[in-house]
Amino acid sequence: MSLERPDPVDDGAVERTPDELEALLGDLVVDRDDHLNAPGFVIRPDTVQETLSVLKEQAGYDHLSVVSAQEYENRYESIYHLKKYDDPTQEVSVVVPADKDNPVSESAEPVFRTADWHEREAYDLIGIEYDGHPDLRRILLPETWQGHPLSMDYDLDRPQIATLPEHANPLQEHHKDADSDTMFLNIGPHHPATHGVLHLKTVLDGEQVIDVEPDIGYLHRSEEQMAQSGTYRHQIMPYPDRWDYISAGLLNEWAYARAAEDLADIEVPEYAQVIRTMGAEMCRIAAHMLALATFALDINGDFTATFMYAINDRERVQDLLEDLTGQRLMFNYFRLGGVVWDLPEPRDEFFSKTRDFLDQLPESVEEYHNLITSNEIFQMRTIDTGVLPPEVAKNYGATGPVARGSGVDYDLRRDDPYGYYDELDWDVVTEDGCDNFSRLLVRMREVEESAKIIEQCVDLLEDWPEDERNIQANVPRTLRPDDDTEIYRAVEGAKGELGIYIRADGTDKPARFKIRSPCFSNLQTLPEMANGEYIPDVVAALGSLDIVLGEVDR
Amino acid sequence: MSSDQPFITDESQVVTETRDARMTGQGDRFNSRLREAFGSSPFILTKFDKFLNWCRGSSMFMLQFGIACCSIEMMHTYAVKHDLDRFGSGVPRASPRQADVMIVPGTIVSKFAPRMKRVYDQMPEPKFVVGMGSCTISGGPFQEGYNVIKGAEEVIPIDIHVPGCPPRPEALVYGVVKLQERVANGEAAPVTVKPYELEEFSDLERDELVDKLADQVDDDELVMRYNFADSP
Ligand code: SF4
Repeated sequence: MSLERPDPVDDGAVERTPDELEALLGDLVVDRDDHLNAPGFVIRPDTVQETLSVLKEQAGYDHLSVVSAQEYENRYESIYHLKKYDDPTQEVSVVVPADKDNPVSESAEPVFRTADWHEREAYDLIGIEYDGHPDLRRILLPETWQGHPLSMDYDLDRPQIATLPEHANPLQEHHKDADSDTMFLNIGPHHPATHGVLHLKTVLDGEQVIDVEPDIGYLHRSEEQMAQSGTYRHQIMPYPDRWDYISAGLLNEWAYARAAEDLADIEVPEYAQVIRTMGAEMCRIAAHMLALATFALDINGDFTATFMYAINDRERVQDLLEDLTGQRLMFNYFRLGGVVWDLPEPRDEFFSKTRDFLDQLPESVEEYHNLITSNEIFQMRTIDTGVLPPEVAKNYGATGPVARGSGVDYDLRRDDPYGYYDELDWDVVTEDGCDNFSRLLVRMREVEESAKIIEQCVDLLEDWPEDERNIQANVPRTLRPDDDTEIYRAVEGAKGELGIYIRADGTDKPARFKIRSPCFSNLQTLPEMANGEYIPDVVAALGSLDIVLGEVDR
Repeated sequence: MSSDQPFITDESQVVTETRDARMTGQGDRFNSRLREAFGSSPFILTKFDKFLNWCRGSSMFMLQFGIACCSIEMMHTYAVKHDLDRFGSGVPRASPRQADVMIVPGTIVSKFAPRMKRVYDQMPEPKFVVGMGSCTISGGPFQEGYNVIKGAEEVIPIDIHVPGCPPRPEALVYGVVKLQERVANGEAAPVTVKPYELEEFSDLERDELVDKLADQVDDDELVMRYNFADSP
């Protein structure tokens, strides 16, 4: 069956019990601090690289999902959430406390490349310094910002100054090489090809890109602060819709729902799971359609046919989602323990509308293939450009279609099943091309897989006995998860692994709420793909990454 | 065809359907609403300003400007189904120098506000702004965020506010059409207080914060200072 994986070959995938891991790490472990999802090992701040290398090389934990940092009354703490690409249910957390007065801890960047940005973010928002980090500066906030907003003594009312630096002289000689004839080019933050407010600092040599550095933070809307000041039960759920806002709302809501439900031990009724699965896959189709539309726009130029066709298909999905949830974009449809209401009445109409959509979908996909993937110019622009080898992708923590386009067979819907996915028949799509074209193909084929899933859900829902349509579990009005419980849970969002880390402190609001955004990690791979290529290939590579700035910056 | 014959088309040989179809309704074309408005005479007497305003309102070039979630609905407004172009204002221009209208579709944060101001400044006069979504009114759902500007009006003047989170494309269309009406009628935008200006660093009032940044920021660098405590 499609959901089974082949037997692991290398012993990296062999599962070890927490005690075996502790034995493997030996003296490095000073204490245990287990989380709900994984064993947690407390280590000294100067042994980060050593510990992570052991875990990576000897135990096969090759995926650093996220670094979540926080401040306690008496210490700072960074947590490295590790997983395996081969089996993401095997997790381990490495907890690194740092001194309250002088929060310094060793950087993990030499072991996991992806730690670069994650640690910069932790420095920016919390204030922990990472020793040996190649480039520790603010990443989300302006360089001139005062204080660290998620630290404990931050004053929201203090004035701040943001600068608008004069843009660098285009003819200025680049610092790397005095003889070379380089030029500096700003792309963004207001630019049609950056898909939002992203700023790319590029250094060109002729038409060739020798260095590109994404500068983010132009849409940093304090999402984590917002979630930390809302109550679990109702006040947090509207925000996930606004992380990845490309209609992927339900997928994001599921990330929060999954983490909070596991934290508070809530069982979701099966009927609600099916509805969730169906809604989430509709969102995935809508999101991938926009990815396709904008990618075609980036490659082909103006508002062309493909863009309009794809938007047209999106309108159809959005209609369905509107029938289901009541909103076109910001659904706010999930509740902890289920969904807010049942399918719209008359049900038959909704089902037949959904089936109509699914019936015409193969035809539209065919049309896209005719328009773009079989188009020679399009192929010239995308095949073998923006190459991202699988090992590099893993090192950067890339997930989702970006990883799958590089042949990394990683999909949480199958590997760490939730919802109703493991009961349904569908396949994980991978492509081995590692280039822009493969990433597009993955998305287009995933649309078809999503359609398969929706179809099966509709079949199930149609025959669901009327008196068993339970849409919500019994959840107390106020949730107060136990003090000092911590959890990291992820789902497969439209762009990849969307994870939430929550620490509960016994109140009805999370003490720390950290979002692991797939786009944040994926965007980090851009220099790998773009350096050495031509300028148009940077645009193509960026388009194929399909980032959404709301999720990159949060 | 012999040479002494004048050039005559043999109608029977020509497929006339398309031509006929094009010709029918021709009369209507010249009896357009414009003609109706002018009456029977081909001349009009009007004030130059009024005429220009009418022109302005009838053909607006939008700035292609995406910030956050609202820009997704804005894209839908431009594209099929809603098609803002029907109202004579659907041409997105990528460069601010060619645009008349800026739709501000999303949350504005500290790092972006100076850039937005700069883009606004680059648009030629007369220029108009439509604020899309709650975020541009007050900061919306993120009003309490440490990094969020409490509404676009703190930075640039706004002519029309379209509320919603996000507003439906229909709502945005309505907002833009309202703006066109106002422009055509020559109504001016309200003058608003803009607490946040771009200014040179050396022009800032000296205080603790400025002193602290003095060695980090050049004197002539443009900066924006946010007084979050006084924000609405
Ligand atoms: S108003 Fe709502 S939808 Fe629009 S940008 Fe703000 S949060 Fe997003």
